[in-house]
Amino acid sequence: MSDARITGYARALFEIARAEGSLDEVEDELFRFARSYENSDALRSALTDDMIPASKRQAIVEDLLGGKATATTTQLVSMVVGSGRGRDLPAIIDELVLRASSAKNLEVAEVRTAVALTDDQQHRLAAALANATGKQVNLKVVVDPSVLGGIIATVGDTVIDGSVRTRLDQLKARL
Amino acid sequence: MNVLYSIARFIAEKEPPHTDSEGITTHSAWLPEKAELIYGTFASLLIFFLLYKLAGPAAKKAMAARTERISKELESAADDKSGAETEAAEIRQAKGDIGAERGRLIAEAMVQAESLLTDARVRLEAEVVELLARADADIATAKGRSRDELRAEIARLSASAADRGVHESIDDATQQSLIEAFIQKVGASA
Repeated sequence: MSDARITGYARALFEIARAEGSLDEVEDELFRFARSYENSDALRSALTDDMIPASKRQAIVEDLLGGKATATTTQLVSMVVGSGRGRDLPAIIDELVLRASSAKNLEVAEVRTAVALTDDQQHRLAAALANATGKQVNLKVVVDPSVLGGIIATVGDTVIDGSVRTRLDQLKARL
Repeated sequence: MNVLYSIARFIAEKEPPHTDSEGITTHSAWLPEKAELIYGTFASLLIFFLLYKLAGPAAKKAMAARTERISKELESAADDKSGAETEAAEIRQAKGDIGAERGRLIAEAMVQAESLLTDARVRLEAEVVELLARADADIATAKGRSRDELRAEIARLSASAADRGVHESIDDATQQSLIEAFIQKVGASA
């Protein structure tokens, strides 16, 4: 899919979420859904299989998100999948997150941890990253068990890696 | 002398007349009559004369022809002998040449055999050296490969052990501790 089309979809989703008045929540839910989509082969196959009718794919989305996410989030994902753009869902959502952060003069900070962070930890981490990078950040936490322990934070092009996984990989490489 | 005398006396002695079985009487049993002797002598001389005159040239010619023929035969025999000797000399020379050629061929074969033997020996020695070098290289390679494999295996086992150890040792408290340490470190890095 071309960048223009991804940007177009992202702008559309952004405008809808903002019009609905739930941009922050929708943006956060979409971000988490995009990471789940990336990590699940079964979900990816189901939502991108052209042999499955669009209505069926949309039904899968509604089953997955119904009751766990806002109606706006569910409808937006369903709309993208129903239009046959399931493959571009992570790129569209990432573009949406960037747009939403820019609108708030924030830099997206993707944080990967092995366990979920408390609200207090998220606030302190956001403050620490802002202090370190000199930019206010829009923190997006991804729970990724492969990190093993610690945190990997990505702010723009800057990666701050304090994960056990990376240290273990370095140890293996040295071995 | 006594013998001739005895013979003459015997002839001169007067024998008694002799009569043969057919009734013919002669004055001697074994000597002819005088007339018979004279006529016989003349007839013989005539015959000898005629023979000399008539048959002599033919006989002389025949003898000359025979002499010439024998001479030619002798010359031919001499030629044959000479040819045979020449041929024998050629054969002897050829035999000598064959002997020399045989000797030359044998010598040449010996030289070639020696050369082949030397070449084969040199080649074999080179092959042995090459095989030894290759074997040394193979041994070194195998040793290096084994060392690398062993090192890789140790690294793999160590990494696996470290992985397992880390997984087992990271409990919730450790997770929280790591997160807090990260937040403090990042916050202090401005």
